[in-house]
Amino acid sequence: MKVLVAVKRVIDYNVKVRVKADKTGVETANVKMSMNPFDEIAVEEAIRLKEAGIATEIVAVSLGVQQCQETIRTALAMGADRGIHVLTDAELEPLAVAKLLKAVCDKEQPQLVIVGKQAIDDDCSQTGQMLAALLGWSQGTFASKVKIDGSKADVTREVDGGLETVSLKLPAVVTTDLRLNEPRYASLPNIMKAKKKPIDPTTPAELGVDVTPHLVVLKVEEPPKRQGGKKVGSIAELVDKLKNEARVI
Amino acid sequence: MSVLVFAEHSNSALKSATLNAVTAAVAIGGDVHVLVAGFNAKPAAEAAAKVKGVTKVLLVDDAGYEHLLAETVAPLVVKLAPAYSHVLATATTFGKNFMPRVAAVLDVAQISEIQSVVSADTFVRPIYAGNALATVQSKDAIKVITVRGTGFAAADAEGGSAAIETIEAGPSTDLSHFVGAELSKSERPELTSARIVISGGRGMQSGDNFHLLDAIADKLGAAVGASRAAVDAGFVPNDYQVGQTGKIVAPDLYIAVGISGAIQHLAGMKDSKVIVAINKDEEAPIFQVADYGIVGDLFKLIPELSAELDKVKG
Repeated sequence: MKVLVAVKRVIDYNVKVRVKADKTGVETANVKMSMNPFDEIAVEEAIRLKEAGIATEIVAVSLGVQQCQETIRTALAMGADRGIHVLTDAELEPLAVAKLLKAVCDKEQPQLVIVGKQAIDDDCSQTGQMLAALLGWSQGTFASKVKIDGSKADVTREVDGGLETVSLKLPAVVTTDLRLNEPRYASLPNIMKAKKKPIDPTTPAELGVDVTPHLVVLKVEEPPKRQGGKKVGSIAELVDKLKNEARVI
Repeated sequence: MSVLVFAEHSNSALKSATLNAVTAAVAIGGDVHVLVAGFNAKPAAEAAAKVKGVTKVLLVDDAGYEHLLAETVAPLVVKLAPAYSHVLATATTFGKNFMPRVAAVLDVAQISEIQSVVSADTFVRPIYAGNALATVQSKDAIKVITVRGTGFAAADAEGGSAAIETIEAGPSTDLSHFVGAELSKSERPELTSARIVISGGRGMQSGDNFHLLDAIADKLGAAVGASRAAVDAGFVPNDYQVGQTGKIVAPDLYIAVGISGAIQHLAGMKDSKVIVAINKDEEAPIFQVADYGIVGDLFKLIPELSAELDKVKG
């Protein structure tokens, strides 16, 4: 079974993002970039399926600027077999990403696509579901457990009330939640080996996809700052303030 | 202009997040229709008809909607959507699951987790774990939107008298089926709608120690939450998690116990009205957002808090 994973290059989760002075977006110059953490979980899950003898090949796809190749290399160093890079400088909305991934899936014919449940930059949480809809496939979102059994996949999902398990007809799209697995670090020998693994370049035009945005970002601003930092000396004082000053208990 | 709100419900009642979504719909303007899809869902439809601001309820009652799988819900909404300028759902794991499928099939963008309405085509949504707010304008004829509950007050559950129209089910599929659910049972209020939330972090040291928080929660009528660290450590189940990738809460009072305050956690609670932090590390970032911080050992302070609450509430 061929497994396709999509990996997004985002601002590293440890970086404190800053809004640009002209309010057009956030500062990305000289900022550390990494693979979206949920996509690392997707790559790890694909590798575990391969180690279990279920997946036969893992294709890692990234979409965006030239540097996305580094993100693909990370996936290859973890254990993916080859990469596909859809090169574009355009800002891609989730719908455009889903259309591009659909075009890649039409060519590659994977039985399973695994993507992160959301990217930690735009926090949209759309791409996996949109891709499943465009392909006419089933979906298992926010997965904390995936069990492949012949032509179906049982996916345990993290939902607001607890856990839910659905059975999906393959091919399917799975989106990863935090507790699906703990991604491995790439070893140095594997990082060296990954340099020799192939990355096929393509473009939205070659894939025949119009990536024109549907949304216009009018401005990006900092949220209002909280005035915190006050300390109290005792529990009695705390309860008194909550009761008589803040009036919340 | 008319707005369709997809109701989140338990067949017997509406979920509170639906009331927040109705408020967003009213802010957009025009007729507000609520779609109740379910099985034996008449009570939920009747509850929706009473919500202030709702002008019509569409009820589709069918065994196929017992579990509301994304693959079956999305085609129903796609079928109804062309009659509307906006389609709204809650930004919960429920709404997030199927709405992007609706948007993709309609070939429109989804605007995720709006927290305010600027105009009928312009909305504010948080990005980067709420460290930035983006104002976005949609060029699509049908706007597909999920609503972050904490951005909008709950609509009055009483005062409306909308008509209920029964409609036919949408197309069925055999792409997926429901196997089972393990839902947490609790007598306490839901995290996302509780007036008071008390959350524990890694500092709680074990799941057993959460009974300390349970005791406070019972006294205050609060919900109990947790940081990702506490969930990852296995102290409590995933549905306790408050944060960027968990639940977003904005109660009147949020008490963070043994939580350091990573930005991912702050993203889930920083819009709370009053924040209390209890932590032994006085440098913990949680204190920067706390209205009242207290430095000390939680295993000493929480029992003290419990006793003090007995005094003032006694």
